Amino acid sequence: MSRSRSAVDPKRVSSELFSLTYGCMVAQLLKDFENPEEVNKQLDTMGYNIGVRLIDDFLAHTPSVTRCTTLEEVAEILCKQGFKMFLGIVPEVRNWSASKDKFSLVISENPLAEYVELPPHCQDTLWYSNIICGVIRGALEMVQMDVKCTFVGDTLRGNDSTEIEIKFVKILEDSLPAGED
Amino acid sequence: MIYSVYIINKAGGRIYDEDFAFNRQAEEVTFQSHPIPLVLTADTGKVLVKFGATGNVKPGHSIIAVDRQAVTGLYTAGDRAILDVINDPASYPLTLTFGRTKASANEKLMLASIFHSLFAIAAKISPIEQSSGIKELHTEKFTLRCFQTITGVKFFVIVDQKQTGCEHLLLRIYELYTDYVLKNPFYPIDMPIRCELFDQNLRKVIEQVERATAYNSATLS
Repeated sequence: MSRSRSAVDPKRVSSELFSLTYGCMVAQLLKDFENPEEVNKQLDTMGYNIGVRLIDDFLAHTPSVTRCTTLEEVAEILCKQGFKMFLGIVPEVRNWSASKDKFSLVISENPLAEYVELPPHCQDTLWYSNIICGVIRGALEMVQMDVKCTFVGDTLRGNDSTEIEIKFVKILEDSLPAGED
Repeated sequence: MIYSVYIINKAGGRIYDEDFAFNRQAEEVTFQSHPIPLVLTADTGKVLVKFGATGNVKPGHSIIAVDRQAVTGLYTAGDRAILDVINDPASYPLTLTFGRTKASANEKLMLASIFHSLFAIAAKISPIEQSSGIKELHTEKFTLRCFQTITGVKFFVIVDQKQTGCEHLLLRIYELYTDYVLKNPFYPIDMPIRCELFDQNLRKVIEQVERATAYNSATLS
């Protein structure tokens, strides 16, 4: 991740300010709700609200992307273009289920959690970057795909890798735009 | 020339529309004395030219200003019935401005919903699977070009026959929508757009495109 502060594009905020802002937000949520499980839910909701708006931004800036017909296509575009565009990272896609309806995203360098250490009381319950799960869920819902998105491991919690599991639930038939069914 | 821009949400409701070339079609005529060579009616809530012509004013035009003051429906700015003013010899010389009145908000809502349905029908009656909806609609006087995003939002523009670069324009409008509308945290999704920044930037883009088209047609001719 670039740390150069010279020749900064005035429209881009430094990634460290972003990490700081996110960190402050999680810390404040923990103070307000006290229960890490509740904070996980709040982060997911916030992420959902971001995702429903972010998807159009992504689609407007990548006109070459067309509707995905398989989960493999979704995974490919999500990692190689989506994550790249917004977080500057490209997660690895792993652990495909036999029926190809479930896969895992493995994030090697999480820009949100660069300088973070979890306090002992939420070491086993808080998913620090749970906002990402909400964003993916919200974004895919706007393209009529219902998915379940959860963290299954986080290096902040002492696991081997930061891993998000994405499971396909169904296509949302009733909100399909005309011509796409 | 770009006449108007419409945005429809995924449920088919109109969330934005704007007319750009509206004022350029206004015709101002000064009549010296009564009677005037036009037959006017006041059926549909506006004073329409039914028959007769003078200068560039033809049937179908409606009165949008009397003595350069905008009218509301059938009444002048001074709250007199327009037809009374026209039939009163004492009002002359009288300046009337003719043009197309803007469709009311309700009319536009209805038109947008109808277009949404037509779009869906077009996709359904396609003899080949997986067709898109209406992309272009041609008439004698204008062309309508539409673009539907994967999320179901439709953007369409009504332009004249000479306008080029509509695909690019529609994509630009999509970008403006994602920036100034969606990134506004206080804008509720799928509701009518009331974002000042979006209006301003859209106007700028429309002006840019029109200038580019004017330049291109000037250099080609």
